[in-house]
Amino acid sequence: MTTGSSSNTGPTHKLVEAGVTLLIALFGVIVIAGSLKAGINWGAEGPRAGFFPFYIGLFIVASSGINLWHGLREDNDGLFAEWGQLRQVLSVVIPTGIYVGSMPFIGLYVASIVFIAWFMRWLGKYNWITVLAVAFGMPIVTYLIFERWFMVPLPKGPVEDWLDL
Amino acid sequence: MEELVNLFHGFAVALQPYNIMLMVIGIVLGVIIGVLPGLGGANGVAILLPLTFSMSPTSAIIMLSCIYWGALFGGAITSILFNIPGEPWSVATTFDGYPMAQQGKAGEALTAAFTSSFVGALFAVVMITLVAPLVASFALQFGPAEKFAVYFLAFCSFVGLSKEPPFKTIAAMMIGFALAAVGLDSITGQLRLTFGVTHLLNGFDFLIAVIGLFGIGEILLTMEEGLAFRGGNAKINLRVVLQTWKELPAYWMTSLRSCFIGCWMGITPAGATPASFMSYGIAKRVAKKGSNFGKGEIEGVVAPETAAHAAGTAALLPMLSLGVPGSPTAAVLLGGLLIWGLQPGPMLFVEQKEFVWGLIASMYLGNIVGLLVVLTCVPIFAAILRVPFSIIAPLILVLCAIGAYSVHSSTFDVMLMLVFGVIGYLLKKCNYPLAPLVLAIVLGDKAEEAFRQSLLGSQGSFGVFLSNPLVSTIMILGLIALFWSVIQEGYSRLRSAATA
Repeated sequence: MTTGSSSNTGPTHKLVEAGVTLLIALFGVIVIAGSLKAGINWGAEGPRAGFFPFYIGLFIVASSGINLWHGLREDNDGLFAEWGQLRQVLSVVIPTGIYVGSMPFIGLYVASIVFIAWFMRWLGKYNWITVLAVAFGMPIVTYLIFERWFMVPLPKGPVEDWLDL
Repeated sequence: MEELVNLFHGFAVALQPYNIMLMVIGIVLGVIIGVLPGLGGANGVAILLPLTFSMSPTSAIIMLSCIYWGALFGGAITSILFNIPGEPWSVATTFDGYPMAQQGKAGEALTAAFTSSFVGALFAVVMITLVAPLVASFALQFGPAEKFAVYFLAFCSFVGLSKEPPFKTIAAMMIGFALAAVGLDSITGQLRLTFGVTHLLNGFDFLIAVIGLFGIGEILLTMEEGLAFRGGNAKINLRVVLQTWKELPAYWMTSLRSCFIGCWMGITPAGATPASFMSYGIAKRVAKKGSNFGKGEIEGVVAPETAAHAAGTAALLPMLSLGVPGSPTAAVLLGGLLIWGLQPGPMLFVEQKEFVWGLIASMYLGNIVGLLVVLTCVPIFAAILRVPFSIIAPLILVLCAIGAYSVHSSTFDVMLMLVFGVIGYLLKKCNYPLAPLVLAIVLGDKAEEAFRQSLLGSQGSFGVFLSNPLVSTIMILGLIALFWSVIQEGYSRLRSAATA
């Protein structure tokens, strides 16, 4: 992958960093709001539940303010990442999202088989034999180690019920 | 002398065949984890933690700590052979290790790295054996104010010593504290920050955060770089090992200095990564052949590896004796203690002698086993790296999902893990340190409890944190650590003003 050439475009580092800083500040505001709801003053049993997190929230907002100021003042025209690189990242995040989202319904094993196969076939361009060997091999090994050897149950779906595992 | 007797009892525990087997399994898994991108000491241990739920605590900690030693060893392999640091603390090892490999001296570099790691670890273990019981017995007298002061010191050293901007460190840390506060308040029994979401009743588990932030986040970073491995051959034979060993004693001074740097940085929670950089930097400045550093100088491998391993090992000292972990991996081990029903902190040395000394003894043995394993099996581990990333990545993602699920048998946690992964990717790219975030999640509840109990005792007066010599000393040390970079800058300005 080429880096540093001027023809590559993408979001600037400054912009993304400012966005992340604002999100952190927003998180701080949420923490403050939640703490106020829980009570930040002294009750009969001493400091109430929101007392400590309230100040934590204040710290988050204050340090985000300083970070935002530092970030915007910085002379950094660099890119956060190129669009192509971000596409690479999303090509992992989105399938992983589908993978974890489907797990409660179809169980971990089926989801893993589909996920590994998808990843190897589309991103790695392997032939089907290799793909199927790894996609089925890994969950089987996992089943033996986790469920049989260490007795750690993993989420199962209709297929496992049908196979009576 | 009592310690020696305890240590021998510890060896008797660690030398049981079952525990030796766990040790070897741990080391091998650890090296693999250290070699693979996206799997590191912290999340590797976190993923495998559920497997130990059914073991005895002593056997469990022996296996998990050996994974940690293995990961420390493993990081060096990829640095030297492929110029890819498997772990952040082995970045400094690439500076001279990779040039050596390119010159066909990979065997020497690897031998030097493993041997230095071993020396660093051994130094730190001896220190732990001697110092930890003293610290623990001292800490038994701590009240809530002193406890809070120790947490304060630990977190302040993060701000002062980390290479990231201080306010980013503070922000990351506070996010961790806020996440720790979510759920049931342990003192009043009241719910807070849950906003009516039932999944948040029990708060955020730091294991999920560790697996997401370090595991998924790292995979995303690697994907972005479109990583392809290319690297030299790894062959170590006995002749090379012996020859390198003959050479190494010449660098005893570098080695000793790196041991001290490592131990210091490991106990204060700065961790292995800055220790390795600092040790490399000082060695470069002091060494006779300093100008050769970066071109394949064996001393440039000895310095960072010794310090990293010493720091990684020394990080267990505050975890065992004070209940304050010195690194994210130590934090995960501490989380393990809680799950196995042990209370981390000074009482461990009184109530769980077998556990503590079994662990310390296993640290001696584990590092010897580790040295033997890596010296003999380097080619096998290097071969793992030749497996393409598009096969490794989905397998690691699935492993992370399994690890996250099995902590509480909850599929919600798996989704949370992915969220943490994306957050970790963004924070890392924006130069926020992740270690203080994780440590704050682990220690948040305890720090808050100590804070509120101290205030309760003093009826809300902050004077309680300066009420006796002990607590004020720790608090002042904390403040010095907090403003360390400012103090340093002021001092150098004063000096340049004086000389001008």
